[in-house]
Amino acid sequence: MNPIVILKGVSFSYGGPPVLEEVDLAVEEGEFLGLVGPNGSGKSTLLKILLGLLEPSSGQAEILGGTPAQARGAIGYVPQFAAFPHDFPISAGEVVLQGRLGHVRIFGGYRAKDREIARQALLETYVWDLKDQPIGSLSGGQLQRVLLARALATQPKLLILDEPTASIDPRAEEDIFDLLKKLKSRMTILVVSHDIGFISQYVTRIACLNRRLVCHTTSALTGEMIQQLYGSPVRMIRHTTR
Amino acid sequence: MTAFFHALASQDFLQIAFIGGLLASIACGVMGSYVVVKRMSFLAGGIAHAVLGGMGVAYFFGKSPISGAIAAALVAAWVIGWVSLRWRQTADTIIAALWSVGMAVGVIFISMTPGYNVDLMSYLFGNILMIPRSDLYIMATLDGLIMLAVLVFYQQFMAVCFDEEFARLRGLPVVFFYLLLLTLVALTVVVLIQVVGLILVIALLTLPAAIAAQYLRRLAPIMVLATILGMLFTGGGLALSYTPDLPAGATIILVAGTAYLVSLLVTGFARRRRC
Ligand SMILES: Nc1ncnc2c1ncn2[C@@H]1O[C@H](COP(=O)(O)OP(=O)(O)O)[C@@H](O)[C@H]1O
Ligand SMILES: [Mg+2]
Repeated sequence: MNPIVILKGVSFSYGGPPVLEEVDLAVEEGEFLGLVGPNGSGKSTLLKILLGLLEPSSGQAEILGGTPAQARGAIGYVPQFAAFPHDFPISAGEVVLQGRLGHVRIFGGYRAKDREIARQALLETYVWDLKDQPIGSLSGGQLQRVLLARALATQPKLLILDEPTASIDPRAEEDIFDLLKKLKSRMTILVVSHDIGFISQYVTRIACLNRRLVCHTTSALTGEMIQQLYGSPVRMIRHTTR
Repeated sequence: MTAFFHALASQDFLQIAFIGGLLASIACGVMGSYVVVKRMSFLAGGIAHAVLGGMGVAYFFGKSPISGAIAAALVAAWVIGWVSLRWRQTADTIIAALWSVGMAVGVIFISMTPGYNVDLMSYLFGNILMIPRSDLYIMATLDGLIMLAVLVFYQQFMAVCFDEEFARLRGLPVVFFYLLLLTLVALTVVVLIQVVGLILVIALLTLPAAIAAQYLRRLAPIMVLATILGMLFTGGGLALSYTPDLPAGATIILVAGTAYLVSLLVTGFARRRRC
């Protein structure tokens, strides 16, 4: 086993109180890691450090043997919030092609090979028939699958998803996680969620974050751990879906 | 109307005005589409008002106003672009400051210019009927530059406008392409100021593209339709203004504004019917 993500004593603040404190985390190649924690616990911030969009104020992040900025090309990312306006005049297929941007020539745009890779990604996430649809006409679940296809089109070694199912219905959520389950043989996956009960049936390991890394487990979470994470007892919701 | 076409066939100044309108429509159709989809009309307004400062200074020192306009437009685009990438929250305030300071500098320098009085009104409302022939060449060159850049960098511009963070993660030089895009917007503003003047430049930049975006869902077709609409508006406005001797720039904008309103009503009505 060799870890492809190593965080050592990572702390971060946006200028105010600390958002992350002394986070140590190693993700092995081939793992499907679920990162859980309450709102505002620093999950998105941690991902942005992994992507090199933010610099830790202390500590180190190493990905694929290099700095996050160096490793970017090998990371596929599905953001929590779509940063784009939904009426932007672009089709689902064009969005997925943007996954090829890092490989595109300065002059002349995408090549046949890029289009083929984008086609595979669209097929794999079952949105090939939506490729000519404007993104504004897609449902929440369809849009998430298009964004997943865009991340897959980058041919990542590490796939990072930030609450990919936060705003879609349970059916579509299951579809997405079934897809991730298929993908995990090919790549390392790190997925953020606040739905511990649901993701624990898919992931190989769970890490709980609340400013610090609170717990770490390969087995199912116990009520005690959840209490530790959220600071108060919560009812554990069991999804009986399969 | 027939009087207009007779005059167009025989009058040199009218032909130049007409061609100037067509050339401006290309720039405004293509770059206006970016302004509309990226929602940067306030930013374009800031550039336009900084341009007035450049024109005033150039005029004061006896240089051609269009050279001052181009210089000021470039500086304004780069300052605004850099600021809005760097300090997203305060960009609004800085654009507003540049907006009013540019305007003030322009007004002061124009008023200090010795000799005959420059008509401030023609800067504010443009004077398409007084475009010198040489400006047509400048406008055509700028159109050529814009079209070349958009043809070559279509995907890159699209990526930067659509999802800047993702583009950056894919290793695209986002700052470069964003500033290049703003540079082209700035040059377009300069071209349009000749035609409709400072006050109306935002209207001609955004209305054709906004109408096109109501009907089309892909960027390239929006650019084409916006260009055609721009040509109809400038040509139509020029023709309408001729016989009653109305200000051409303002008439062009009224035509564009009316078309936008009608289009809004039509699409709004169609949407209501569908539900
Ligand atoms: N750009 C930002 N500037 C300042 N504070 C931020 C910013 N982004 C997030 N925060 C703060 O940092 C904390 C962690 O946020 P985030 O990482 O988004 O949490 P999570 O994804 O776990 O909900 C929150 O308190 C949030 O308000
Ligand atoms: Mg978050």
